[in-house]
Amino acid sequence: MTDVAAPGAPENITTSDGVPLKVSLARATRRQRMQALLLVLPLLLFLLVAFVLPIGEMLFRSIYSPIGPDVLPNFSKVIQEWDGEDLPPESTFEVFVKDMTAARESNEIGKTVGNLATRVNYEIPGSRGLFTKSARKVKNITEGPYKEALIGLDKRWEDQHIWRTLQRISSNYTMSFYLAATDRKYDENNDIVMADPLYQIYLPIMGKTLWLSALITFICLLVAYPVSYLLATLPLRTSNLLMIMVLLPFWTSLLVRTTAWIAMLQTEGIVNNILVFTRVISEESRIQMIYNQTGTIVAMVHILLPFMILPLYSVMKTIPPYYMRAARSLGATGTYSFVKVYFPQTIPGIAAGTLLVFILAIGYYITPALVGGSDGLLISNLIADHIKKTLNWSLGSALGAILLAIVLIFYWIYNKLVGVDNLKFG
Amino acid sequence: MVRFQNVQKSYDGETLVVKDLNLDIATGEFVTMLGPSGSGKTTTLMMLAGFEPATHGEIYLNGNPINNVPPHKRGIGMVFQNYALFPHMSVAENLAFPLAVRGMTKSEQEDKVKRVLEMVELPEFGGRRPAQLSGGQQQRVAVARALVFEPDLVLMDEPLGALDKQLREQMQYEIKHIHESLGVTVVYVTHDQSEALTMSDRVAVFEDGIIQQLSSPEELYERPKNSFVAQFIGENNKLRGTVQEIGKDKLATVKLDSGDMVKALAVNVSSKGERTLLSVRPERVAIEPKKTPNTVTLTGRVEELIYLGDHIRTRMSVAGHPDFIVKVPNNAEHHELTQGQTTTLGWQAEDCRALDDLAA
Ligand SMILES: Nc1ncnc2c1ncn2[C@@H]1O[C@H](COP(=O)(O)OP(=O)(O)OP(=O)(O)O)[C@@H](O)[C@H]1O
Ligand SMILES: [Mg+2]
Repeated sequence: MTDVAAPGAPENITTSDGVPLKVSLARATRRQRMQALLLVLPLLLFLLVAFVLPIGEMLFRSIYSPIGPDVLPNFSKVIQEWDGEDLPPESTFEVFVKDMTAARESNEIGKTVGNLATRVNYEIPGSRGLFTKSARKVKNITEGPYKEALIGLDKRWEDQHIWRTLQRISSNYTMSFYLAATDRKYDENNDIVMADPLYQIYLPIMGKTLWLSALITFICLLVAYPVSYLLATLPLRTSNLLMIMVLLPFWTSLLVRTTAWIAMLQTEGIVNNILVFTRVISEESRIQMIYNQTGTIVAMVHILLPFMILPLYSVMKTIPPYYMRAARSLGATGTYSFVKVYFPQTIPGIAAGTLLVFILAIGYYITPALVGGSDGLLISNLIADHIKKTLNWSLGSALGAILLAIVLIFYWIYNKLVGVDNLKFG
Repeated sequence: MVRFQNVQKSYDGETLVVKDLNLDIATGEFVTMLGPSGSGKTTTLMMLAGFEPATHGEIYLNGNPINNVPPHKRGIGMVFQNYALFPHMSVAENLAFPLAVRGMTKSEQEDKVKRVLEMVELPEFGGRRPAQLSGGQQQRVAVARALVFEPDLVLMDEPLGALDKQLREQMQYEIKHIHESLGVTVVYVTHDQSEALTMSDRVAVFEDGIIQQLSSPEELYERPKNSFVAQFIGENNKLRGTVQEIGKDKLATVKLDSGDMVKALAVNVSSKGERTLLSVRPERVAIEPKKTPNTVTLTGRVEELIYLGDHIRTRMSVAGHPDFIVKVPNNAEHHELTQGQTTTLGWQAEDCRALDDLAA
């Protein structure tokens, strides 16, 4: 029971015993809300464990690098005070030598001089030897002047660059993985510069990933649009059959489909054999269609096609045929009606399909790894390399975070252009 | 203006949805196709509009065969049952669509759109999307769009089907008004008989792919040609019997199944011994009629009385038919009837039509 609200003051409605209506409503629905929460709890927990935590861990790892403070705890504190001019003072050298000696003795996994050397080597390629060699001999330096003694071990200790780098990694957090992931680095003067063109790999690959993903998305759209149209307009029996043909590959293992493409496209494969057999090409000029970009594009278009067809189909299904008829009766030709009446109504489907395919393509791993050869590789393959082979997880994480950022940016642009509420995924 | 000649249509090659359709429509006429669901009205309209090919026969528009003319070249305006307003365009864009297709300049388009919006009394609504209009407003826009490019012929497929009764009656009036002021030819489809009767110059009653009767509303109501039309249009009392004799004056003597002998106008009975269905309108039946040579009288028992204000709807048992309806006018000299009472009732022989018996 509610009191009749005074006109003009609807926000102050109360129930008959004077409790504000909103409070009363919240109380009354609390039980329902608790039940709803319980129902989604398993999913929430799963998302937390399987999604939020790993991504948080990845983002953290891409900037967290405690190797400096871990291996050289005292040195890492004092080097902070150095102004970066000339060389650090003698006292700093002393702390460095003592820390190095101590580090040499400890064998804590992940906190050895070797780990430190690897870390510095990321920054100054070729500097690894300096550390491992000096570490072996540094225990012989027992008294000052430490600076001269150290330089006596190796001339390179005279180089400002080394000390600036050590100063930089003396903090627990670093930007250098993001710099490396975007082909940038610190030069001797601590300024951020582009890496040597020879060492620029990530930006070109990222560019190529974006370009290939866009191309794959576009091809998918071109192929999927007419198929979806048929699916949506053919009589039910035929369209069901067609739908099964669309979904069948979807139900087959990804690996099987990808290897099937290898059988199709390799130089001794079915396509080449047919071309040779029909004398379109000669035996010597068999076309290389796999283990390169072509292979990546063909296989990925095939694998991602259902993700384009399904949203398109679900949108087209809701467009009744009488719109086209109306347009025709108003004097428009078939083409004109299609462009002006049918096509605009499919835009939500196109938007959803392209977004889905593009985002999937950007992060695709297995297909390019299997059929991409060397020039058909995408950014995820490089990330996987860093996680599995070079074990530079931080760099891998930084690349992954950038990939995530790109996806989010695209999502944001899409939202601006089409509005996510307008997307129809199926 | 429009001519269907022996047109047949089959979708599946097994059944004919339209059987041997012959229809002539004059310029400026308002012709309605009326019939039960599935009788082939929409199909006929679609053939005329060009969306379905005729399986056999020829359709002429202004004397030219149009079987091979694509829909967009026929210049026929069409209002769809569900309006088919393009959802992604504003009302004005919808209305400008047929004009843009015809290559009119922007200012010409704006001019015409403005005028047609005024005609359907929606001058303020050009900027809205169809989804932001009520059903009745959408309907007006759909009519406006079919008229804006000034076609000579407009087809309307149950355009008022989705509207409530009051709005429907108002729109009937408006469509009729537009038809009269513009002089366009209208082919209208409905399965609402009162709509067909009030709006049309001529009504074609469809049943099972055949035009059962094509005539003016008055003719249709007063002189139905067969029992389907008689039953489909308006209310009707049915009496079954066998023809005894057909006189020179077209009056047949019929022996009802109850044994009573009555006279009725022979419409489509031709021979002695034929089964027939007598049809007489409830408002033509009088209680305790004055005797004239042509009056048919029977006795009936009052079963039920329903007071409707202007008349009293009386259900009686007559000659073994328990659902014989008589409309007793509620005037000064009307007869007070009570339930269970037996009384005489009668009508003029020519008001009772002896038709084919569908059930036979
Ligand atoms: N596209 C089609 N394919 C096959 N059969 C069809 C098709 N369209 C209509 N029919 C059949 O043709 C017959 C006539 O249909 P039509 O749509 O002309 O009826 P209608 O008189 O317009 O009925 P309603 O009043 O319900 O609209 C129906 O039996 C219907 O099932
Ligand atoms: Mg219909």
